[in-house]
Amino acid sequence: MALSTLWIVIIIVVVIVLLIVGLFNRLIRLKNQVKNSFAQIDVQLKRRNDLIPNLVNAVKGYMKHEKTTLENITKARAAVMKATTPDEKGKASNMLSETLKSLFAVSENYPDLKANQNFMQLQEELAGTENKIAYSRQHYNDIVMVFNTKIQTFPNNVIAGTLGFKEEASFETSAEERKNVKVEF
Amino acid sequence: MRITFDEIRRNNVKTWFLIVLFFLIISLFGFAFGLYMGDIFMGLIITTIFGVIYTLVVFSTGDRMIMSISGAKEVTKQEYPHLFHTVEGLSLAAGLPTPKCYVIKDSALNAFATGRKPENASIAVTTGLLEKLNRQELEGVVAHEMSHIKNNDIKVMMLAAVLVGVILLLSQFLLRSFLWGGKGSGRKNSGNATIIFIVVGLVLAILAPIIAELIKLSISRKREYMADASGAMFTRYPPGLASALKKISKDPDPLVDTANKATAHLFISSPFRKKKSGRSRLFSTHPPIEERIKRLEEM
Repeated sequence: MALSTLWIVIIIVVVIVLLIVGLFNRLIRLKNQVKNSFAQIDVQLKRRNDLIPNLVNAVKGYMKHEKTTLENITKARAAVMKATTPDEKGKASNMLSETLKSLFAVSENYPDLKANQNFMQLQEELAGTENKIAYSRQHYNDIVMVFNTKIQTFPNNVIAGTLGFKEEASFETSAEERKNVKVEF
Repeated sequence: MRITFDEIRRNNVKTWFLIVLFFLIISLFGFAFGLYMGDIFMGLIITTIFGVIYTLVVFSTGDRMIMSISGAKEVTKQEYPHLFHTVEGLSLAAGLPTPKCYVIKDSALNAFATGRKPENASIAVTTGLLEKLNRQELEGVVAHEMSHIKNNDIKVMMLAAVLVGVILLLSQFLLRSFLWGGKGSGRKNSGNATIIFIVVGLVLAILAPIIAELIKLSISRKREYMADASGAMFTRYPPGLASALKKISKDPDPLVDTANKATAHLFISSPFRKKKSGRSRLFSTHPPIEERIKRLEEM
């Protein structure tokens, strides 16, 4: 009698331990996905920052009257590089997107520039990168949502906190972005 | 997420179903072939060996086979920056490695994806598609292909294409050798065996294309709706694909010259000219494009 009770207790304990181990591993896997998708955003931000000096050089000769626009771009780029927290980075990156948009808007007034092969390539490259930034953020938010749902739902929420898992923050999109996610310069 | 996992599991089951069905049909051919040669056992062994080798080859190079059948050439980022940016962007959105990009020189508007697994997938688009669609529309189409890749539809579709292809080829071969052999006098079969052979050969010749048709049907139509829906999840913009499908349906030249019966189900919209009858709808590899547009617009 006592022996079989003991066995039942042992079995229950083993099952619970196995469930916790399974949950822990699944959460670790998700957490790594979150990290990885965040790194993907950084890759794209860096790519854009690398392209901007080329753009400024290509444009400088043509745009004599747009000094402030170019300065704004350089400033916004520096801000993205300096930003450390995800929140700062998001804001600085949105700023840079805005300044780039205004640059490509005024480029409409310079037919010579618009016909420039190098400029056209850079424009395509930057538009592609802008979209990749948006897409990598979107993917990050998707993964964060899966992760957060997992640790907030019962019974996971009882254990997740004890195991040291915290909710991850997702990116807020600016009002401008919500209107039009994809960029077409 | 859950849907994707379910889809992947279902696709793995379908993969096995296809392979088993393929071997059953191949053995039937082996039986007929063996009967023809006068040694059924030998015929079965030969076709089984052929089947195993062919399946292995298909698993390792099926995507390249399909690409070369379809006349698709792998392209570089320098040649098609716009296509590459779109594909790279959507692989980020789907959380997948970037697939290889192929282009088919054809004015028709069409695209497909293939490969054994998401890690070595390929996407092919026609030059007509690149010329006539704007960025949002191209993104919609690429996102549709991306969800085929993510759900592992591509593996089943690839297997179906190459296995169906070889069954069609074999049944034609059998029919021809049957017609040719009928006149030859070299056979040492008795009259009885000839009759059995004729019956088996005829049954096979009739059955094989029907089975091939069934395989394709079990694979395509529902998953096109699925891929439309999850593709719209990646772009967050269903009107993009809807407007692309509209352009595709209005295109006067839907025919992709290099598409054939075995590869038709791979494409985003049927590469053949539409026949306006109820029967063609029942046996078509794709759901009606108007219905797909409607569903996208209701999202």
